[in-house]
Amino acid sequence: MKYVDAEQVQKKMGSRLFANKLAKGLFFLATLFGLVVLLTLIYRVYSDSIGWIDFQFITSKLSTTAERAGIMGAISGTLWLMVVVAPVTMFLGVGTAIYLEEYAKNGKLKSFIQTNISNLAGVPSVVFGILGLTVFVRNFGLGNIVLAGGLTMSLLVLPIVVVASQEAIRAVPKFLREASYGMGATKWQTIKNIVLPAAIPGISTGLILSLSRAIGETAPLVVIGIPALLIPLPDGIFDKFTVLPMQIYYWTVDSALVAEYANLAAATIVVLLIVLFLMNSIAIIIRNKFQNRF
Amino acid sequence: MIEKKRNSTNLNSVTEKFIPKFLLAIATISILTTIGIVITLLTETINFFRDVPFLDFYTGIELNPLGDNAVFGVLPLLTGTIISTIIAMFVAIPIGLMAAIFLSEYASEKVRRILKPILEILAGIPTIVYGFFAFTFVTPLLRSFIPALDPTNILSPGLVMGIMIIPMVASLSEDAMSSVPNSMREGALALGSTKLEVTFKIVIPAAISGIIASFVLGISRAIGETMIVAIASGSNKNFTFDITQSMQTMTAYIVEVTGGEAPAGSTIYYSLYAVAMTLFVFTLIMNLIAQYISRKYREEY
Repeated sequence: MKYVDAEQVQKKMGSRLFANKLAKGLFFLATLFGLVVLLTLIYRVYSDSIGWIDFQFITSKLSTTAERAGIMGAISGTLWLMVVVAPVTMFLGVGTAIYLEEYAKNGKLKSFIQTNISNLAGVPSVVFGILGLTVFVRNFGLGNIVLAGGLTMSLLVLPIVVVASQEAIRAVPKFLREASYGMGATKWQTIKNIVLPAAIPGISTGLILSLSRAIGETAPLVVIGIPALLIPLPDGIFDKFTVLPMQIYYWTVDSALVAEYANLAAATIVVLLIVLFLMNSIAIIIRNKFQNRF
Repeated sequence: MIEKKRNSTNLNSVTEKFIPKFLLAIATISILTTIGIVITLLTETINFFRDVPFLDFYTGIELNPLGDNAVFGVLPLLTGTIISTIIAMFVAIPIGLMAAIFLSEYASEKVRRILKPILEILAGIPTIVYGFFAFTFVTPLLRSFIPALDPTNILSPGLVMGIMIIPMVASLSEDAMSSVPNSMREGALALGSTKLEVTFKIVIPAAISGIIASFVLGISRAIGETMIVAIASGSNKNFTFDITQSMQTMTAYIVEVTGGEAPAGSTIYYSLYAVAMTLFVFTLIMNLIAQYISRKYREEY
């Protein structure tokens, strides 16, 4: 009895190898599809914005005349928003991560908080907008000011910082902690002087990524009710404001009426993408520089 | 000196007791957020169902919140949401899965290191930019093939949403496939399988829970996506299945109504919460399903 019919195998081998090659090409094309879309998108936005990005565009205030419109208001609004989001997110995110990694006992409470955080990460951003509208804008009576928008954004990006900080804290090797305890340091002293400094690269990477998410996020702010009107430049966190993505939104929607608004939207997108690119590059540099130090 | 040491020890022990409680208080903020979301949505939704009967809302095929005789039926929004999600998954599932297979099974380390960051960049682009892309590029492009397509339609944002979700499906599926141990691949290769056969007969069956979880998370993301559909799909509230027409999703309805500064206490204001509640429950169920699948059917090696 023959176990393997060599002839039979040979006959099928060609088509099997061909299928493999074909599939490999197909899978490669699918992976390249992302690159093609990315290039099309960037080329499209760039070509629409040519001639519209200049010093005047960056430094001027909003205007209904396309030629005179600028994004100074949106830029300063975005900066003020970050003034709220960065400290609040860092405080809440790192605090939660320290509690979960260093203090919480493995049990129901810890797994409850953990599950809750991963579920929060899956809640649509527009629902956070509703929460912000109801609690911060109406119940607290803040109105649609920077503070209300910033607090809403902080809650939205909180899961990103918590998860990143937890990973960073977990990656601090045990011997560092033990050495600190061996010197007579208390638990908090060890966390404050040993664990956190060692975890800072990971934490800051997470923080930067969460801020870049907050800078690009639009839906919660639309829901909170950022007006499309011409508002004065914000001077602090208690002023009304607009941000870059909101400006893109209004200009894109209105481009059906005034064609030049599409160019303004494209120019604003270029500015937004450059900001995000710089932030992500910084995050990657930090990550690579401090990787595998222990 | 001993006195000094004792004093500082006292202070330390107070700090040591206080810090964990303080940190616990911070950690509960995330729970308070969830409770806050549920309570706000629930109270106003209950108010809404005082004005509009529950059954009328969920079986109504007419939505006209602004007219004198306002009618609130959520089905037009539900079909908009479901159809845009289906279109998106038609793009995201095959392309995302194929990209994952390529990255995990075929690509050399060098190629992977070039291609993976590209997917990450794609994942990091704000959705508003995709909205602009759908409205000003994809729709005109599609209209040159399909002249019957409306200037705002559900097809174009659906496709772009799919593109947006590709990186998510690809990277989660790739994680699942990469965690299949090499010994299993080698066993199959040694028996004479081609790479394609190894992929479909060994790797994918072994990683199926993670792969399906990535699909479910992608669906949840598509349901909750707001800006792309708000920009490119218009605000037509007709009950229709025609993808060349404008359709409104639940998220786009929320954006439209809040943008119009609905007066607090009006039925249209409450309808916002009823729609948001429906959206929240939809995505929550999807996320729980994904967690359940990846926990329950995880193969341990």
